[in-house]
Amino acid sequence: MVTLTINGEKHDLDVPDEMPLLWAIRDVVGLTGTKFGCGVAQCGCCTVHLDDDAVRSCVTPVSAAAGKSITTIEALGTPEQPHPLQQAWIEEEVPQCGYCQSGQLMAISAFLKKNPHPTDADLAASITNICRCGTYGRIRKAVARATGGGQTS
Amino acid sequence: MTTINRADFVRLGSVFAGSLVLGIGAGGCSNRSTGAPQSAQNGGFKPNAWLVVHPDEKVTIFVNKSEMGQGVATGLPTILADELDAPFENVIVEFAPAAPAYADPGFKAQVTGGSASIASMWLPLRTAGASAREMLVAAAAKQWTVDPATLTTKNGSVVDTKNNRSATYGSLVAAASAMPVPAKPRLKTPDAFTLIGKQNARIDTPLKVNGAAKYGIDTRVPGMKFASVLYPPVFGARVKSFDASKAKKVPGVIDVVQIPSGVAVVATNSWAAFTGKNAIAAQYDDGPFASQSTDTLKARFLELANGGGGIAAVSRGSKTTSGKQLEAVYFGHPAAHAAMEPMNATASVTPDGVEIWAPTQVQSFAQLYAAKLAGVSPDKVTIHTTYLGGGFGRRLYVDFTNDAVAVSKAIKAPVQVIWTREDDTQHDWYKPMGANRVIGTLDASGNLVAMRHTVVMDSIMKGLGIPVKDGLDPISMDSVMNSQYEIPNYHAYYIDPGSGVPPGSLRAPGANWNNFVMESFVDELAHAAGKDPLAFRLALLKKNERAANVLRTVAKNASWGSPASGTKQGIAVGFWNGTSVATVAEVSMDGSTPRVHRAFVVADIGRAVNPTIVRQQLEGATNYGLSMALASKITIKNGAVQEHNFYDFLVMRIDQAPEIHTEIVEGSPSPTGIGEPATITIAPAVANAIFAINGKRARVLPFSEAFA
Repeated sequence: MVTLTINGEKHDLDVPDEMPLLWAIRDVVGLTGTKFGCGVAQCGCCTVHLDDDAVRSCVTPVSAAAGKSITTIEALGTPEQPHPLQQAWIEEEVPQCGYCQSGQLMAISAFLKKNPHPTDADLAASITNICRCGTYGRIRKAVARATGGGQTS
Repeated sequence: MTTINRADFVRLGSVFAGSLVLGIGAGGCSNRSTGAPQSAQNGGFKPNAWLVVHPDEKVTIFVNKSEMGQGVATGLPTILADELDAPFENVIVEFAPAAPAYADPGFKAQVTGGSASIASMWLPLRTAGASAREMLVAAAAKQWTVDPATLTTKNGSVVDTKNNRSATYGSLVAAASAMPVPAKPRLKTPDAFTLIGKQNARIDTPLKVNGAAKYGIDTRVPGMKFASVLYPPVFGARVKSFDASKAKKVPGVIDVVQIPSGVAVVATNSWAAFTGKNAIAAQYDDGPFASQSTDTLKARFLELANGGGGIAAVSRGSKTTSGKQLEAVYFGHPAAHAAMEPMNATASVTPDGVEIWAPTQVQSFAQLYAAKLAGVSPDKVTIHTTYLGGGFGRRLYVDFTNDAVAVSKAIKAPVQVIWTREDDTQHDWYKPMGANRVIGTLDASGNLVAMRHTVVMDSIMKGLGIPVKDGLDPISMDSVMNSQYEIPNYHAYYIDPGSGVPPGSLRAPGANWNNFVMESFVDELAHAAGKDPLAFRLALLKKNERAANVLRTVAKNASWGSPASGTKQGIAVGFWNGTSVATVAEVSMDGSTPRVHRAFVVADIGRAVNPTIVRQQLEGATNYGLSMALASKITIKNGAVQEHNFYDFLVMRIDQAPEIHTEIVEGSPSPTGIGEPATITIAPAVANAIFAINGKRARVLPFSEAFA
């Protein structure tokens, strides 16, 4: 039995300690906004926040998440008060298929807490999430919009 | 003239398409505000298969195509709503169920592919919207006892300007339902379009930034289980025997069942199913493909390419011409689609029928195969199409829906079959291996007077289950068979090697390889002739103004001949299903690895319904083509794929993504496709830039293998 606090709500789960957090969130708790893409921390579709840090939930055992505050895409913002990145994503029309975008938003929102005004080079050096639709250019523009930036170097 | 009453709508359906619709249900729905299923409300006005006008002014528009990122869930309703004169914010989009009324008019089946959606649905959806609009006008005219010709429509209302009154569509639905369906409704002239060419926001964007959009993998139905299937690693192999005793001990594993394609581990959650699968010990009957490897296949492909022969696909002019001859052989490795959402489908098989929730591009075929597997008639199979986490042609195949049906039938419960990334990489229908031999002849003035082009590539049509006429597969020959170049003596040949690797339709199938060869080789010829690559191409496109125009436009946008400091440029043109596209890439080299700094892309797509989505597709196809060209490679050893996941099947991340500048050209009154075209010009543009940098010709894809 493990207790997880997801988006401010406590869940007592009867799952093995080594179950990856991703599957506890998706298949046991039933929040499906966090996506499965690779299972080996390569693609970043499954990114969630553990306290303030972005983690790849597909390789994070639930035991490592117990006692911490887990935030998923469902709680990044609200319809009334979207996260600035969500607003910028809408204004720049970033998503195509959209499948990777939960992970992109969770990864970059955590990154911005440490680096609030990143350049494109900072993003290139730090964000490794895969988008097969190739929305990278719009992601760069949306981040610049959200951070009041627009620096290209 | 046909008159239908409301009770008949479900039966008669789409009158303009002349189709008989049996039982249009309310399945496969997506509400734009919540992402939750929403049925058509009672009391609505449903003039045909494509829309319902509700008393509360909402308009439900049924989308018969799969939304995989290319924007059909916005673009198709835009076309209809414009003719209907309905405010776009009132539109609710529902994915249509599988039914004959929703067949693509060109494919004669409910299929999303070939960048065909907007082009093929352009007239049917305009007609549907215009029909409903005329019925609403007729209802108002009757109510007000005026001539309908004196009435107009605007923003969801019928307007009587003369008498200064108006009625909303919602208030007219009951009366409109009793009106005859117009046989030939009058369509707008383009100057009257209010949404087409102007609508830019996508209806699915808000759902895709907060986790609300429901993909196949997000399907949850009461009592459902999760299953992972162990597939034999070798193509064509079968499971001989297996030991599931360890798998059954994994916490959460419920059952292990054999299905035609492999061994399914059924569990309470996906992770338990994966863990259980990994614990199975299986033996296989490998079959003849087990002796094959990339090296044996490559040797055979090259031998075939160099051996002459093949089926004549184009025979124009003389086979013997004199002049300066240039010959080259190009080789391309297979690649996987690697859609972000791994293959999955959820099925519930009961004695009464089958229900499927799936990210599929082929509702018609998923339905037919499911019916066969379950032993029911196709009309007993309901398909709910979810959002697709990428498609790129991978979801044209029914392997994953079939497996969900097979497992559900075996365990007598709803089940989601979910693939691991490794399953997805190793059991794809691949972009085929290709070996092309090209011979070009230049006359004394350096004009291209003859070309012989032989393509060795597995038949993509065979993989799709489409009959191949006289052994000639026009998909595998795309960009060679229909080259736009005016070469006076042109001979093209096709050889189907039947390699045993499952041949797949991958974004601009056939063309994504053949156009690389064509555009690289034309560049070789231009250099051999001592001519500018742009001018050399334009000289071959004198009768094809639209292709010439995109070339000239992209050259202008990129300041052709004046690359950014530290880079060189390469150019390429292509033609895909009615769309002309051209790309200039600005490239530098990090050792033997090209780095693309900027790409300029111009496409003539006839008419842009949603300009933002068109630009997204130009950007996305460019990145997809570049990603594949840089380092994506499938290797075969002992008959099995050696790559597993994104650590060895390499795809582009943000650090490799170029800055992309796009321009849309609208060269005809009707739209053509945009999902695929720009995939075919980026790789040759980069290869041509590499040659400009270091004089080395990349005749192998991916580039990571070209200079090895």
